[in-house]
Amino acid sequence: MSTEVYLPPNPVEALLRTDRMPHIWCPGCGIGTTMNCFARALQQARLDLDKVVIVSGIGCSGRVAGYANLDSFHTTHGRAIPFATGLKLANPELTVVVYSGDGDLIAIGGNHFIHAARRNVDLKVICVNNFIYGMTGGQVGPTTPATALTSTTPYGCPEQPFNLPYLAESAGAVYVARWTAYHVRQITHSMVEMFRKRGFCFLEILSPCPTLYQRRNRLGDGLEAMKYYKEASVTRHGAPTKEVAISFQGPILVGKFVDIERPTYLELLNQQLARTLEAQYTGCIEDHVRS
Amino acid sequence: MKADPRGVLAGVHFLDGDQACAEGALAAGCRFAAGYPITPSTEIVERFAQRVPLLGGMFLQMEDELAASIAIQGAVWAGAKAFTVTSGPGFSLMMEHIGYAAMTETPCVIVDVQRGGPSTGLPTLPAQGDMQQARWGSHGDYEIIALAPNSPQECFDLTIEAFNLAEQYRTPVLVMMDEIVGHMTERVVIPPADQIEIVPRRYTTKPPADYRPFAPEADLVPAMARAGQGYRFHITGLTHDERGYPTTNVAAHDRLVRRLVAKIRNDATRLTRVEEHFLEDAEVIVLAYGITSRVALRAVQMARARGIAAGLLRPILIWPFPEARLRQLASRAGLSGILVAEINLGQIVREVERCVGGRVPVRLAGHAGGSVHHPQELFETIVEMAQAVEIER
Amino acid sequence: MSAVEIQIGGLGGQGVILAGMVIGRGLVLYDGYHVSLTQSFGPEARGSACSAQLVVSREPVLYPYVTNPHILVTLSQEAYRRFVPSLRPGGTLIVEEDLVRTSPLPDAVVLYRVPATRLAEALGRRLVMNMVLVGFFAAVVGLPHPDSARRAIRDSVPAGTETLNLAAFEQGYDFGLKQLAGSPVHASP
Repeated sequence: MSTEVYLPPNPVEALLRTDRMPHIWCPGCGIGTTMNCFARALQQARLDLDKVVIVSGIGCSGRVAGYANLDSFHTTHGRAIPFATGLKLANPELTVVVYSGDGDLIAIGGNHFIHAARRNVDLKVICVNNFIYGMTGGQVGPTTPATALTSTTPYGCPEQPFNLPYLAESAGAVYVARWTAYHVRQITHSMVEMFRKRGFCFLEILSPCPTLYQRRNRLGDGLEAMKYYKEASVTRHGAPTKEVAISFQGPILVGKFVDIERPTYLELLNQQLARTLEAQYTGCIEDHVRS
Repeated sequence: MKADPRGVLAGVHFLDGDQACAEGALAAGCRFAAGYPITPSTEIVERFAQRVPLLGGMFLQMEDELAASIAIQGAVWAGAKAFTVTSGPGFSLMMEHIGYAAMTETPCVIVDVQRGGPSTGLPTLPAQGDMQQARWGSHGDYEIIALAPNSPQECFDLTIEAFNLAEQYRTPVLVMMDEIVGHMTERVVIPPADQIEIVPRRYTTKPPADYRPFAPEADLVPAMARAGQGYRFHITGLTHDERGYPTTNVAAHDRLVRRLVAKIRNDATRLTRVEEHFLEDAEVIVLAYGITSRVALRAVQMARARGIAAGLLRPILIWPFPEARLRQLASRAGLSGILVAEINLGQIVREVERCVGGRVPVRLAGHAGGSVHHPQELFETIVEMAQAVEIER
Repeated sequence: MSAVEIQIGGLGGQGVILAGMVIGRGLVLYDGYHVSLTQSFGPEARGSACSAQLVVSREPVLYPYVTNPHILVTLSQEAYRRFVPSLRPGGTLIVEEDLVRTSPLPDAVVLYRVPATRLAEALGRRLVMNMVLVGFFAAVVGLPHPDSARRAIRDSVPAGTETLNLAAFEQGYDFGLKQLAGSPVHASP
């Protein structure tokens, strides 16, 4: 006798490349959670998904692009942002999302990060911050909290990590928020806000790496990490980003810290050219690429 | 198809090679450039930045050459024709993205105005020291197309050619200029747009459901899609299958890399572009490219005036190397030697030696950079080589 | 005709390159010559030695560098000191008379002096000294044709400055014709 099992359809299945499952992420990893939020945010924002492009760099989080059923680009290490910049400027009607990890975006790609924020290129940058280089086996990164153990700081990390919201705001981002993988509704909400905003938007999502960060630092599994996020997180919208630095297993300030208006690079470029060239200026690259 | 007349500054001009290169890009339909300032290539993007906003395009000055060489690839996938230009250290920084473009089959053009090296070297002075880097500089196996203009006129012509070859083969194409060609001002004739042939991008005609981004056509080149058209394709620098999905399957890797190499290598003969002078009866062949080829031609003329049967072979398209033509010449009776003149201490000469396979002596007239050879110096070497043969006889 | 080598040497900021550009453009676009113009600079944008070199021929130019100029123009003492030794025997030397003190030269050298800066100042703009020089050059050398030079100036100078630059050219050109009408100053005492 056979039993029929009713499997409800996955509500975000249309946004996933199901032919690529199973994914490469470890049990307890938070990247998949953030991707679920991303898919729901795309649905909630009611974007034309044919016009949404996702760009990743290299690393565990860099694999998001490969699983998203969108036009997707898995670029070189650290260079997702400049690739996305070219893509966006050459076809401004695209919504361009950069989805990558802390090592990719902030260490090897840190220079591009600050300059894209400075220019206010209209990019939605999502940084999954797991405090460590996952794919290469758990080395110290630019966000590793001081004193934490990694494979290349086996006696504890002596460095001060970047405070990413502070960095993003200082460089010129118009939208800056931080959540943890525990805050799925808030992540989704922030992503929707980013999709609706023009300019360089930055979302940091703290996410567990049970295989490397948690284990080496004896912090338990993914569930333990979630408990830590739940207990240590304090929501403070509008908190001065200077005050939101993270310490090893310390309190985590979350929320939307920055939401300002500033003309984007393309708006400023078009204004400048129209002002200087007057009638000779017939419009930006957009119209010409489309034609 | 023909060039868009709005980008074509038809007429006779007095331009330097850098400016001519910018005009070539515009004539080819390039409307997006990203770059980082570096001598002696900067004038290319300066001119481009001045001209392109009037044509609806843009120049974006990036924070470094890594950014520039990947930003253009983003623009290409958005539908633009795009290029970047650099020199010396900047070319070294772009190597990773040349590999990315080769792997993802992203048509784009990279111009290297060569200057003296290694390292910061001689920023304002010429060299041809990046020729093997152009061929092998990015890691892994791939084939590349590179052109070597020897005049501002060719900086214009070959930049268009570079864009066309990039589209035809879906590959990065390198324009290997040098400081002299870049900064030298000469007559440049820009033909009217209807005389400039443009190879359009090879977009797929298939509907999204049937489209496989890396399924090759008969010539091994797959048709492209561009972002925003509903194809929902995936591009990665990882080894990928025909769907564009990453794979670590060794057989799939073999298939991909062999195809990337073969799509260009199989066409090497069709890609051969050489200029030849006095080769019919040449006893000494001088092989030179770029600015050096002009000096070499002068030396060959001097030799001819002295009754020495010298000739010149100039590869215009340097990678893939014109191997078949060189083999043909090298196996001819009466040839006593090949002299390779280049502004480096022996790069293309290695390729020549490989092709010739010991059939005739190959000699290098090297130069460490900073200037060109003097024709007299090459002439004397030709005389020496011709005399050595006389003595043997 | 075999190639004629021309070198113009001076300091950055004197408009040396633009002078070479106008001469070259006139010769290429309107007189039908082949010209290769190369430039050399010191590392600084202003004040360091710089020179424009033109190889002019009826045939395409192969070797683009000037080694022994037939015609040498020096607008600074430094350029004079550096380049005079390479001047071809029987060559022509043009110097800015207030900026360059000449030393004894070989007999066969034909020397012209032009107070280009003063002539430019008389027009109210010392900056157009280079176009005075181009005018003088066109008069005494005969290249490019004066009408070609005038057209090349219009093509080359910033919009709005054409009149001033052309006036400077005419000053230099007339001064040159007057010198020719007399006899050129020979180098040897």
